Amino acid sequence: MTEPSTAGAVHPDPAIELIGISKRFGQVQANDDVSLSVRAGAVHGIIGENGAGKSTLVSILSGHYQADSGTIRLFGEEVKLASSADAIRLGIGMVHQHFMLVPNFTVIENLMLMTAKAPFLTASRKEVLSRLAEIGEKYGLTVDPQRVVETLPVGLQQRVEIIKALLAGGRILILDEPTGVLTPDETDRLFESLAVLKARGVTILLITHKLREIMAVTDDVSVMRRGRMVAGRRTADTDRQELAELMVGRTVTMVTNETARPAGPPVLTASGLSLTDAAGVARLSDVSFTLHAGEIVGVAGVAGNGQSELLNILAGLDVPTAGQFTVAGRTVSAAAPADPRAMRRLGVAHVPEDRRREGLVLPFAMSENSVLGYLDEARGRRPWLLETRRMRARCQSLMDRFDVRPANPRLAASGFSGGNQQKLVIAREHGAGPAVLLVGQPTRGVDIGAIEFIHRELLALRDAGCAILLVSVELDEILALSDRVIGMNGGRIVGTLAAAEADRRRVGLLMAGIGGTAEIAAGAQELSA
Amino acid sequence: MTEAWIDAMQILASTLRLATPLIFCAMAGMFSERAGVVDIGLEGKLLMGAFAAAAVASLTGSPWAGLGAAIFASVALALVHGFACITHRGDHIVSGVAINILASGLTVVIGIALFTMGGQTPPLDRAERFRPITLPFADQVADIPVLGPLYAELLSGHNILVYAALAAVPLASIVLFATSFGLRLRAAGEAPEAVDSAGYSVTWLRYRAVIITGVLCGIAGAYLSTAHGGGFVREMSAGKGYIALAALIFGKWRPVPTLFACLLFGVLESSAARLSGVSLPVVGQIPIEVILIAPYVLTVILLAGFFGRAIPPRALGVPYVKER
Repeated sequence: MTEPSTAGAVHPDPAIELIGISKRFGQVQANDDVSLSVRAGAVHGIIGENGAGKSTLVSILSGHYQADSGTIRLFGEEVKLASSADAIRLGIGMVHQHFMLVPNFTVIENLMLMTAKAPFLTASRKEVLSRLAEIGEKYGLTVDPQRVVETLPVGLQQRVEIIKALLAGGRILILDEPTGVLTPDETDRLFESLAVLKARGVTILLITHKLREIMAVTDDVSVMRRGRMVAGRRTADTDRQELAELMVGRTVTMVTNETARPAGPPVLTASGLSLTDAAGVARLSDVSFTLHAGEIVGVAGVAGNGQSELLNILAGLDVPTAGQFTVAGRTVSAAAPADPRAMRRLGVAHVPEDRRREGLVLPFAMSENSVLGYLDEARGRRPWLLETRRMRARCQSLMDRFDVRPANPRLAASGFSGGNQQKLVIAREHGAGPAVLLVGQPTRGVDIGAIEFIHRELLALRDAGCAILLVSVELDEILALSDRVIGMNGGRIVGTLAAAEADRRRVGLLMAGIGGTAEIAAGAQELSA
Repeated sequence: MTEAWIDAMQILASTLRLATPLIFCAMAGMFSERAGVVDIGLEGKLLMGAFAAAAVASLTGSPWAGLGAAIFASVALALVHGFACITHRGDHIVSGVAINILASGLTVVIGIALFTMGGQTPPLDRAERFRPITLPFADQVADIPVLGPLYAELLSGHNILVYAALAAVPLASIVLFATSFGLRLRAAGEAPEAVDSAGYSVTWLRYRAVIITGVLCGIAGAYLSTAHGGGFVREMSAGKGYIALAALIFGKWRPVPTLFACLLFGVLESSAARLSGVSLPVVGQIPIEVILIAPYVLTVILLAGFFGRAIPPRALGVPYVKER
C-alpha cells in the first residue's frame, strides 16, 4: 500500500481516470460512455440531478458494480475493480449516502469489520486503535472507539465512515451525497475536515446535487445528465447559474416567495401535540402552532426529528398521545381521533413524504391513482362501480393542467419519473380544493424542471388562500417558499422565524436545537469562536 | 438430607442429559440466525441426524460412523436451506418448514426400505452407542458429603456428547464474539451491506453459518438416537428443534442465557418423570398430561414474547440483494 502523498509532492498522473464507462440495468442506460479525469490531490465534484447516473458511476469506482465496458486508471495504472475488496485494496475509500455501519456495534467493531485479518480480534483491536490514533493526529478526526454507533449523532457516524474509508488506504475518498442527513453546522464541520484531508494529499470525489456545496469546496466540477458526462469545469471559472443549466439542459429560473403577504384568519390550530411510540420513545413533544389561510409555514429539521410524525398526525394517519388540533371547527385528540378520510372531508389534503409508498399505488394506472382517497367524490350514478371513462377524463385534465408527461392516464404510475409522479400526487390533492395542504418533501428525487413547476404551484395555491404546511429536509426549499419557518429538533419546536429573519445560519441553529433569540446569539458566537 | 441432595443431583444430571440436544440445536440456530438466516428447520435436521446416526451405527457397528453420517445428513439439509434462502432469496420460514416435512417423510421411507421395521431402526447394542463415561475417582468420592454426590451423580457418568454440548457453549461464545469471522458473521445478520462494502462476501459468510448449524444439529441428532436412546424411532425429535428455537429466542440470541433457557426446558422434562404419581402439598396429584405438556406450553408462552421483547438480529430473514 502506498502512503498518501503529502502536500507539495502531488502525483503527476490523474488520481482517477475513467475512459468510456458504460453500464446498463435492463432498459436503463445508467452510464453511457462516461469519461472523467480527477487530478491527484484535488477536490473534484460530480453534480447532476437524481437519476443522472452519479451514484452508478461511483458504485463502479468502489467495486460495488462492474462496468459493462470502459477502462479505469488509478494514478496512471490500469486497474480492474471486480469487488469492493479490490477497491479497498487499491486505496479507494467510499462514504455512502446511507452509512455502511452496523448500528449496534461499537465504533471499533465497525472498523475491525473491514481491517481484521488475524483470526482473533485481540490483535486487530490493538492495530485499529493505533491507526485510529494516527488518523486523529494526521487529519484531526477523532471519535470514541468504544461508543455504540447508533448512540452517536449523525455527524459523528459519518466521521466513522470517513475514518473507515481512510483505514482502507485512504488515497482516494469518495463521498456520495454526504450532507443530506447533516445539519448546516455539521455540514460546515464536514467541509473543514475535507479541507484538512486535501491538505494532507487525499484526493476527494464529492457527489452531490447541491450547487452550493460544489461552489463551496471543489476545485473542479463535472456535470452529469441522463447517464452522460456533459461538461467539466474549473469551479473558479463557472457559477451556479451555468451549472444549473448544464444539469438540466436548459435555462432555469427558480421561483422564490418574494411577496410578503398579510396572513389570513387561522385555519388550523395545534396545541401540545405529542406522540410516544410503542417503544416508549417520545417522537413528538408538546408541539403548538397556528396555521393561517394564505401562508406557507416551512418546517425545517434534519430528517427524523418529528416532522414526519407531525404530518401523520395532522393527516389523521396517527393519533396523538397527548394534545389536540382544531381544523374547520373539528377538534382532534386522543379521545376524539380522526382518520385520513375524515381529515380530507375537513379540507385537509396531504402530499405524503414517501410518494412511492404512501402517495401512489405504483402498479395501478395513473387514472386510478388520481382518485385514491377521493373515491367518494369520483362516484357517479352507480356508486358500486368505478366509472372508468370519467376517471380517465378527469385524470387527463389533471395531467394537462400539471404538465404530467407522458399525459396518458392508462399507464401505470411506476412507469413515470419521480417528478411526474409527484406532479400527479400534487394535482390530485390540489384538485380537491383544500383549505389546508400538508406537504412532505415535495421535491425529493425530483428533477429541477419539475421542482420549478411544483414550487410555482404551491405559491399559487397559497395566493389563492390555502394554508400550507411544508416539511422538507432541503433547507433551500424551506427558505425559498416559506412565509414563516418552524425549526424542529428532537420532536420539539425549537423556534419560529419570520421569512425576513430566516437565513441559513439562523434556521441551521434551530435545526441543531439551539432556539430563542438569546440562545441564537450565543450559539452564533460559539460557532465563530 | 443426604438422600434429598443425591436426589437433587440426579434430577440435575437428568436435566443435563435432556437438555443436551436442546443445547446443540440452540447453538446451531444461533450461528444461522446471527448471520441472518432464520432456521425453523432445526427440527428437521435434528430428526434427519438422528436417523442417519442410528442407521449407520446399526449397519457399521460404530457410533462414530453414525455421528459422521448424522453430521453429513444434517449439513446436506442445511445446504438445501442455504441454497433456497441465500442463493435464491427464498422465504426462510417456507424453506425451513419444507425441510421439516422432508425429514419427517424421508426418515420413515428410507427406514422402511433399509430395515423393514415400520420406520424404526433395529435396537442398538452397547457397542453401537455412545456409553456413559465415569470420571476418575467418581466411585471413591461418592461418599464425601455434598461434593461427593455433586461429582459422582451430576458431573460424572454422562456420555461424551453431553460434555461436548457443554463445551459448545463457550466455544460458540468465542467464535461469535472473539474472532473476526464471528464479528463479520454477526454483522451479516445486522447490516449485510456493511459487510459487503467492507469487501467480504455476505453469501459465503451465511453459507458458512448454515454449515456450522448443520454440523451442530447433526451431533444433536446422533445424541438422540445413539447416546440418549438406543435406536431411531419415528418422529423421535418430538419438537425439540422448535423448543431449542424458543430457548434461543428466550436467551436473546446469546450463548449463556440460551444455555440456561435450554436447562430450564430440561428441568421441566426431567421433573416430569419424577412428579408423575407424586402427591404434592396443596395441589395434590398432578395429572401426568399436564406435566408432559409443560415444555410445549412454555415454548408457546416464550415465543409469544410474554417475557420482554427479544430483539432479533436486524437483517434476520431478509435476503441480501445489492440494491439497484
